[in-house]
Amino acid sequence: MYSFELKKADSVADAAALIKETGGKPLAGGQSLVAAMKMRLAQPGTLVELSGIAELQGIRREGDAIVVGAMTRHAEVAASAAVKSAIPALAMLAEGIGDRQVRNMGTLGGSLANNDPAACYPAAVLGLGATVHTNTRKIAADEFFKGMYETALDDGELITAVSFPVPKKAAYVKFVQPASRFALVGVFVAQTASGVRVAVTGAASSVFRARPIEEALAKSFTADAARAVKTAADGLNTDLHGSAEYRAHLVSVLAGRAVAAAG
Amino acid sequence: MGANDQSLIGQSVRRKEDVRFLTGVGQYTDDVVHPHQTYAYFLRSPHAHAKIRNIDTAKAKAAPGVVGVFTGADLDGVNGLPCGWLITGTDGKPMNEPPHPVLAQGKVRHVGDQVALVVADSVLQAKDAAESIDVDYEVLPSVVSCVDALKAGAPQIHEQAPGNKCYTWALGDKGAVDAAFAKAAHVTKLDIVNNRLIPNAIEPRAAVASYSRADDSYTLYVANQHPHVERLLMTAFVLGLPESKLRVIAPDVGGGFGSKIFLYAEETALVWASKRVNRPIKWAAERSESFLTDAHGRDHVTHAELALDKDGKFLAMRVQSTVNMGAYLSTFASSVPTILYATLLAGQYTTPAIHAEVTASFTNTAPVDAYRGAGRPEATFVVERLVHQAGVDMKMAQDEIRRRNFIRTFPYATPVALTYDTGNYDATLDEAMKMADVAGFAARKAEAAKRGKLRGLGYSTYIEACGLAPSNVAGALGARAGLYEAGQVRVNPTGSVTVFTGSHSHGQGHETTFAQVVAGRLGIDIGNVEVIHGDTGRIPFGMGTYGSRSLAVGGTAIVKALDKVIAKGKKIAAHLLEAAEADIEFADGKFTVAGTDRSKAFAEISLAAYVPHNYPLGTLEPGLEETAFYDPTNFTYPAGSHICEVEIDPETGVVEVVAFTACDDFGNVINPMIVEGQVHGGVAQGIGQALLERCVYDAETGQLLTGSYMDYAMPRADDLPSFKVGTKVTPCTHNPLGAKGCGEAGAIGAPAAMMNAVHDALLASGVTRIDMPASPHRVWAALQAARA
Repeated sequence: MYSFELKKADSVADAAALIKETGGKPLAGGQSLVAAMKMRLAQPGTLVELSGIAELQGIRREGDAIVVGAMTRHAEVAASAAVKSAIPALAMLAEGIGDRQVRNMGTLGGSLANNDPAACYPAAVLGLGATVHTNTRKIAADEFFKGMYETALDDGELITAVSFPVPKKAAYVKFVQPASRFALVGVFVAQTASGVRVAVTGAASSVFRARPIEEALAKSFTADAARAVKTAADGLNTDLHGSAEYRAHLVSVLAGRAVAAAG
Repeated sequence: MGANDQSLIGQSVRRKEDVRFLTGVGQYTDDVVHPHQTYAYFLRSPHAHAKIRNIDTAKAKAAPGVVGVFTGADLDGVNGLPCGWLITGTDGKPMNEPPHPVLAQGKVRHVGDQVALVVADSVLQAKDAAESIDVDYEVLPSVVSCVDALKAGAPQIHEQAPGNKCYTWALGDKGAVDAAFAKAAHVTKLDIVNNRLIPNAIEPRAAVASYSRADDSYTLYVANQHPHVERLLMTAFVLGLPESKLRVIAPDVGGGFGSKIFLYAEETALVWASKRVNRPIKWAAERSESFLTDAHGRDHVTHAELALDKDGKFLAMRVQSTVNMGAYLSTFASSVPTILYATLLAGQYTTPAIHAEVTASFTNTAPVDAYRGAGRPEATFVVERLVHQAGVDMKMAQDEIRRRNFIRTFPYATPVALTYDTGNYDATLDEAMKMADVAGFAARKAEAAKRGKLRGLGYSTYIEACGLAPSNVAGALGARAGLYEAGQVRVNPTGSVTVFTGSHSHGQGHETTFAQVVAGRLGIDIGNVEVIHGDTGRIPFGMGTYGSRSLAVGGTAIVKALDKVIAKGKKIAAHLLEAAEADIEFADGKFTVAGTDRSKAFAEISLAAYVPHNYPLGTLEPGLEETAFYDPTNFTYPAGSHICEVEIDPETGVVEVVAFTACDDFGNVINPMIVEGQVHGGVAQGIGQALLERCVYDAETGQLLTGSYMDYAMPRADDLPSFKVGTKVTPCTHNPLGAKGCGEAGAIGAPAAMMNAVHDALLASGVTRIDMPASPHRVWAALQAARA
């Protein structure tokens, strides 16, 4: 790690101003950024710490949605009664991220801003058709994820909260990469007011919607319908842990399992 | 306690050392802090293979806090790191032994090869300065596969090793094997890859070196498994110092698994540089450095064949292995795939003729050396996979084909140079089959099939050679050191005992096991026994801990010293009790005149020895302290039966280990809880190799692709079932403890048991070959290929 300056922000406005002034990076839970800094792969001169900002905390029900503050830790989402009762799939997803230490430090906003291709949260945001709130605007999930580690966020723009519409039913099934236990493939399936959504993480350079499976499930919301869709391997990742063909196969299998789990 | 005794033997005494470990007050190398201490950082090669045209250290030398920058050119008079075992090839020539420089000399040969040492007031300053060193590399083509390295046109790594060959070595009677194959009713053939592993001790390697101008001597704290050998190799072979000028202390060490046996460049450079900068220097590896530079394990490519008669009796075995030495010969690298491998190919069986040929090559990868089991897991994997496949080929039950070939008369001389002293292979197999409920397997398999899952059962009836070793035998096989052990028992005046052992504990619990042996023999409270290890300044000598040797060899040295203490105590007691020495008996902590109630307690004798007012000074020296060196007359032969049950999800390829049973014969057991813990750890590592672990270098660039826990999969608790562990005992016949050793058994037996279970589960699907690790992707792909 190189030495850096740490500044604590009191409010979102304060954080935005500090970032603008210093050219620094926001520090949420630090579970990806700090690891990269320790390897000297990232070297921000200034970090603006967001953990002291009250308005970024908390989970609340707003009408037909669950709104989760950007600095809410994974462990809090996993344990939240409001999340468990309205969107149990989201609580289960949070419970399965990383390990206990990661879940007690990592945040929703940090995970989404980083947009790791194998992270779990992007699958929930895209699968549920959530809305990402920032300090300047609201961004629909379908517009948010732009590519590997790329999002629609502008420089200095901060996620403040995510609004998850409560689905009729939903489930997330993650197939772990054996070493990192990130998703080799993770599939989030939801029956929402606007139709069936199927979001896939881990399989490609960024989270994406499996449209052919969505179409099949719109006709018949059954595990067999999902499994019967042959997912194309084009554009999917090949690495030490699985070929594109294997990942494509898993997308359909896991979608079927998610439908079964959604009940 | 006071009442003796042997009642301590066989008791699960809680580990004395755990209190300090669990309360965070252990003293590891990185906990050592000296006044004016500096910190080291090693600049390492980013390339797998490159010439160094120039190194410019001017900026680094001028950087803040820097007290020294050293490169290979500075190491005048420093030799390369030695290899401790000379292998003589089939051509009658000694192995090719290219230099192993402490800092690169004009060339780097693997990613992570150390190029420069920077010493500064802080680690950060050392790292910053290292980044300013300008190294002009001419990148060369690289080769990482031990097979590819031997092909014509492969990049040449060392001038001294033409064709990248270290040696071709063979063992066994080739003519007898060929003759047996010619008349065989059936031949089973297998191609096997024994996957390369990275050791991953929790505590990374670390060292603190300091120099004293007062007496021109050095002290080295180092995370190491055998400090005396570290000292011997570093002083006599590399730095040209008298051994008396270097004290090596290996304090608490957080796991070794073999990787901390070896003399590494880093601590050697630190000792050398501590005099140059005249300040203590500390270095602790970052985890990334551990991945790149700890000696790796395994990495064999093997073709093996087993000849059988029509009844399934083994007639002969032939094995050809190509093995990876890495870029340089590490301390014991040459012996692992030869002496510790081919000699174990008889397994538990009466196979009358065996021939093995091993070719070792250099590659642009980290050095490969002993890792938990060291050669014996590789041998067991070859033998037990062959036996499993032979059972399948000949449609014989897996226990039956083994029983038809078990050795049942001892001592038994194998065709591969060993003589087993004792064993009862039926007993461990019978018990393991009961524990594993083999009888109920068919029903479990049928039930799993209803859920769409494939169940399989796999056996591994393994043997290992431990208790290394008779020095004369090892010497004849090329060892450049003896393999005895030293123990010293110091009885203090009030009767407490300090034991100094050349064995080194880095997780094994010697402080408890050895104390049980001593307290039991002397009939004193275990709390009055202190076991000291890991310090050349306090311990007479030692060959250290590896090869499951500590109790069988180190423990026996202590027993021999205890015998001397008791013999001297009898002389003192005879004087005090005015009896003949021959009439004194020692039991339950008391010296008694036979047939009388006249006795002296152990503490009375020790006090008399140190306060010799009434003492036979004319014939006996005061004091009560004895040293013994023990050189075993044979290896020990722990053996056992492992049975693994797996369930495979054919839709995803996921292999779940649903049950694992180990019934082992370690000879007499001192502390069953510690033994069980050792088995658990070994089995976890064995399943780790079979299910998860895999070191991968990029074939083009030579970069380590599995250089962190993001890509190198270690076994976790939820990857494993609760193990069923049992023991059967045939005592070792040639040491007084009757002990054989237990540290490596799990890692030796488990991979074959698990992979046999995987192959059993997939048999009906037509899958014939899955290499380790049996990752979901591999299993799925094999099922797809079998369906196609």
